[in-house]
Amino acid sequence: MACLLEAPLRISVLSEVTATSRHYVDRLFHPDPQKVLQGVIDMKNAVIGNNKQKANLIVLGAVPRLLYLLQQGLSSSELKTEVLGSELRTEVLGSELRTEGVVVLGSELRTECVVLLGSELRTEGAVVLRTECVVVLGSLAMGTENNIKSLVDCHIIPALLQGLVCPDLIFIEACLRCLRTVFISPVTPVQLLYTDPTVIPHLMSLLSRSPRTQDYITQIFSHCCKTPEHQTVLFNHGAIQNIAPMLISLSYKVRMQALKCFSVLAYENTQVSMTLVNVLVDGDLLSQVFVRMLQRDLPIEMQLTAAKCLTYMCRAGAIRTDDRCIVLKTLPCLVRMCSKERLLEERVEGAETLAYLMEPDVELQRIASVTDHLVAMLADYFKYPSSVSAITDIKRLDHDLKHAHELRQAAFKLYASLGSNDEDIRKKITETENMMDRIVSGLSESSIKVRLAAVRCLHSLSRSVQQLRTSFHDHAVWKPLMKLLQNAPDEVLVMASSTLCNLLLEFSPSKEPILESGVVELLCSLTQSDSPALRVNGIWALMNMAFQADQKVKGEIVRALGTEQLFRLLSDPDTNVLMKTLGLLRNLLSTRPHIDQIMSSHGKQIMQAVTLILEGEHSIEVKEQTLCILANIADGNTAKELIMTNDDILQKIKYYMGHSNAKLQLAATFCISNLIWNEEGSEADAMTGCQERQDKLRELGFVDILHKLTQALDPNLCERAKTAMQHYLA
Amino acid sequence: MAELGAGSLLLGDPAFNYQEAELNERLKRLYPAVNEDETPLPRSWSPKDKYSYIGLSQNNLRVHYKGHGKNHKDAASVRATHPIPAACGIYYFEVKIVSKGLDFLSSLLPLSPIPGWDKHSYGYHGDDGHSFCSSGTGQPYGPTFTTGDVIGCCVNLINNTCFYTKNGISLGVAFTDLPPNLYPTVGLQTPGEIVDANFGQQPFVFDIEDYMSEWRAKIHGMIARFPIGERLGEWQAVLQNMVSTYLVHHGYCATATAFARATETLIQEDQTSIKNRQRIQKLVLAGRVGEAIEATQQLYPGLLEHNPNLLFMLKCRQFVEMVNGTDSEVRCFSVRSPKSQDSYPGSPSLSPRHGATNPNLHSAGADSPTCSNGVTPPNKNKSHNKYPGVSSASSSSSSSPSSVNYSESNSTDSTKSQPHSGTSNQEETSDSEMEIEAEHYTNGVAENPSARIMNGTYKHQEILQAQDISLGNGVAEDSCASRQLCGGNQAATERMIQFGRELQGLNEQLCREYGKNVTHKKMLQDAFSLLAYSDPWNCPVGQQLDPMQRENICSALNSAILESQNLPKQPPLMLALGQATECVQLMARVRSGSCSFARVDNFLH
Repeated sequence: MACLLEAPLRISVLSEVTATSRHYVDRLFHPDPQKVLQGVIDMKNAVIGNNKQKANLIVLGAVPRLLYLLQQGLSSSELKTEVLGSELRTEVLGSELRTEGVVVLGSELRTECVVLLGSELRTEGAVVLRTECVVVLGSLAMGTENNIKSLVDCHIIPALLQGLVCPDLIFIEACLRCLRTVFISPVTPVQLLYTDPTVIPHLMSLLSRSPRTQDYITQIFSHCCKTPEHQTVLFNHGAIQNIAPMLISLSYKVRMQALKCFSVLAYENTQVSMTLVNVLVDGDLLSQVFVRMLQRDLPIEMQLTAAKCLTYMCRAGAIRTDDRCIVLKTLPCLVRMCSKERLLEERVEGAETLAYLMEPDVELQRIASVTDHLVAMLADYFKYPSSVSAITDIKRLDHDLKHAHELRQAAFKLYASLGSNDEDIRKKITETENMMDRIVSGLSESSIKVRLAAVRCLHSLSRSVQQLRTSFHDHAVWKPLMKLLQNAPDEVLVMASSTLCNLLLEFSPSKEPILESGVVELLCSLTQSDSPALRVNGIWALMNMAFQADQKVKGEIVRALGTEQLFRLLSDPDTNVLMKTLGLLRNLLSTRPHIDQIMSSHGKQIMQAVTLILEGEHSIEVKEQTLCILANIADGNTAKELIMTNDDILQKIKYYMGHSNAKLQLAATFCISNLIWNEEGSEADAMTGCQERQDKLRELGFVDILHKLTQALDPNLCERAKTAMQHYLA
Repeated sequence: MAELGAGSLLLGDPAFNYQEAELNERLKRLYPAVNEDETPLPRSWSPKDKYSYIGLSQNNLRVHYKGHGKNHKDAASVRATHPIPAACGIYYFEVKIVSKGLDFLSSLLPLSPIPGWDKHSYGYHGDDGHSFCSSGTGQPYGPTFTTGDVIGCCVNLINNTCFYTKNGISLGVAFTDLPPNLYPTVGLQTPGEIVDANFGQQPFVFDIEDYMSEWRAKIHGMIARFPIGERLGEWQAVLQNMVSTYLVHHGYCATATAFARATETLIQEDQTSIKNRQRIQKLVLAGRVGEAIEATQQLYPGLLEHNPNLLFMLKCRQFVEMVNGTDSEVRCFSVRSPKSQDSYPGSPSLSPRHGATNPNLHSAGADSPTCSNGVTPPNKNKSHNKYPGVSSASSSSSSSPSSVNYSESNSTDSTKSQPHSGTSNQEETSDSEMEIEAEHYTNGVAENPSARIMNGTYKHQEILQAQDISLGNGVAEDSCASRQLCGGNQAATERMIQFGRELQGLNEQLCREYGKNVTHKKMLQDAFSLLAYSDPWNCPVGQQLDPMQRENICSALNSAILESQNLPKQPPLMLALGQATECVQLMARVRSGSCSFARVDNFLH
């Protein structure tokens, strides 16, 4: 870039700029290259540890000039030659390179030197100035985030990446150090590393140059690997093979950075994880190397990161959950990370990783629940900021406050994971001191992360019948939950509505108050959501609500949902939504008066929908559920006629009675059985209708089928067929 | 004890013997600080400390219940042979439930039927997963356990807590503030119930060594970060003083001077005195005790007279060295030089060493410039002057210029000092004649003020060792040549016999003056016993001839000299080291568990 001009200055800033700062920048423009070099060196000494000076120099336009000098050095130029010449002389005189500085020399000697030496040395000579420039830039980057922004805006990244092509190791290391500082800052767009496709392979090749290049490059990778695409790019360029040997490097720094890099690469990445398990480092499997890094006398950072690597490999399926290295090493290590002795940050990371590790495996949840009193240990996560810290130490209070949210959400996550399957563990959790109160207050916290985690925890615990009956009701968790459901982000909504489903289960004492709070409208609106998960939860909750509900509730549901929406849901592309909608219909169509009432108003549409589903390509479960709805309809008094007059439906029932799947056979038989049922109570007119139906069904050949089914292998089916036959005889 | 157990079973069960060896090895590795002579480790259940309902088998490791098991009164327990020593720091054992019943597992003090129910008794019960601490009411603690489970119990004697493990998983702290002297115990209550103990016979399911490593790191960190507060400068001065006094004590004169110069500290003792001691020590270490006695008498008149015990010890050693053929009084006989024949007992020590030629010894001397510590002296002459001097005590080839110098300087008056010592040190020549001789003897290294050469003295121990090794080799090659009584010389043997009589006389004289001394008698007996064997080097008392034996007497003499000069007889560094070691041992005795991870050896590299 040819940015020779100073950056435009603003008057307000200028006033703050001291004359000395200006002097440093001016010297970069000196015609004598030696003076320029000295100027850069002086600037380097001036900015170290001086954030104000750094800001001043950036404002005064030092960066573009430094970049210019850096890039000038890369192509051949007058400046370079001169520096080279003097450098050469120092070499000729036996002085030390670089450290001694550069001596001005006479022009005749200069020419002589240039003639004497080839062009490759020419570049060598220019390296001094360039290295110093990069060191100054690196120093500027060490300042505030604004500094980094300014540097990135000046296109420092491509310039430095280009510098990596230079053969000089010290210069490369300086570039990498500066790049590292820039890339680990959150203000730098990581994509800049991937814009030039030649960069990553070149960085890989530089890994073998020195422990410093290893340290810096792995740091860059770790911070710039944010998406699965990044993981794939690094993986495809041989990151694993190139970095694995660094795990046994003599330098702790290098080992640690390599480990961090692996944890980032393996996260939720099956491809990487599967490759990792087969990698050998000095004859040992990588998992064994990681396990060694879990040793308790090693630095916590190393233990924690190694545990993360093993966790990610396990979650990706590369290591079995019952492997000793998970059960006896990784899990206990992560539990230790949750202990009071660890730093707050470590406790957060430990709890989150542990939650992730055992999420899908009940056995790991059981083991963790008895390890080192984990459940009780987590209760401590809620004690920040502690009352002591508030009084004694402002600094500590600030630190505690900063981590309080993180701690709470991590604890909720871990509780959620622990209690997701095992009833005993859930009991243990709810019995922990003030646990339910903490969840309740967590639901209304300002931090969205905490709210989400709290509702996840609540959801996990709501799978317990016992807890629904006791602690959930005692603490009126439905109240904050309902509040949470009003205009929350989708991810919170999914969890909250799912929890609500459980709270609306028939045996839940919270069902009543929730109904009274006008939840129906809310749930109906959920069924119109774009997110399938929310639609499922909405219709599921309605289904639970309709189960054994009174006429009033059912009516309210039908009214609020509207038949149109109901039938839209019956053609929902998501099977889960369809299943739950059918479930809702089935629950609505229970007890005779309800059946007749609903069928009298919506009979036609319902029969249509049923026909459509039975004709469509659906799973056995869906068809079974639909046949069950037919059976419920057949149980009505007047509703029966809707089936009896519909030959198409009767043919379908007949077909399913002869289906190869026993479940469908049973459901269809149920339907027929209901049709031929003769009521004992109101004999007179019922008998007549019954007789007609029986006759018609006989004509259609149902009796033969029933007769056949009495010989069926399935005892339920056989039993049902026999009962139906008995009604015929009666 | 363990050895006995292994020995008695040696014939019957080689597998068990192997297991025993493995047990010993594992226990040693887990509990290196435990002195089993004082506090034996539990290795099995005690057949004595058990209820009658308890049956033991499989080398007292398997426990089975043989009572009625109707109620709590029928519960029975057994404890291990020994309590857990505090020096374990962290103690661990495991029990495998072979056949389930109502298990009580614990570590406790008295023998109680159900661990945890009685005073000072602690337990973890398998039926309800509760922990019991000195009472019949339990606290919810962990999961229940049943057949096939391996339950471990870890007692942390550093913070006096205990935790249990189930199948290798730590269940968290069960008890705090535990009393000392707990026994591993197991209690049973159901007929048919069987449990197997593992006190280290097999690898543990739980990774106890990993747990220990954490505590070791913790305690080492505690020591490393021990606060010294405002006394930072003082701290440094103390350390410098310790190093300096150590160097002075052992007579590493040049090193001490250089150190003092670098750290700008002062050396209490003056240079001459240090060098004198160094010289005497070298003589003793070289086996030339007669000369050492002579030198001591001259430099520190009255010292040995006031320490008759020390003198007697020295003389005894001198006798042993005569047998060995190293003392100058007998060496002179093996030389044909007329000069050396002039020498008579008690004369200023002469050290012609042409006779005792041993190629190996010589090579050790000649090699020493390289083997000592890699400092190559700038001039070759010097190097010859320096290193063979070190080994001069025992040997040197006649061709070595230094040995020529020695004999000259000894026979002639030392003021006509030879060119080497003259050139190497002018300032010393102005000192007494004795000084020069001393300097020369000690190998002409220390006197050179140049810092480059100071290393030469520092490593004299190493060279002496090298010499010992080569001596051993020499023996192996031609034992008859080098290993003969008094060097195989008739006159020397006679002189030795005569010296023996004198020694006997000295003993009798001491008896008259100070009463009988058992130690002296024994010493004398041992020394004289050497003569009873045809090959003294390979006899039951031959140990005395080992050059290593010189070290004790050497340091005793050094300490006595220092004491006579009103200087500490032990360097503060050694004192501190001894104190620390003693302190750690004391910690074990007063049951402070951290001693096991604060071992002094861990800090000595």
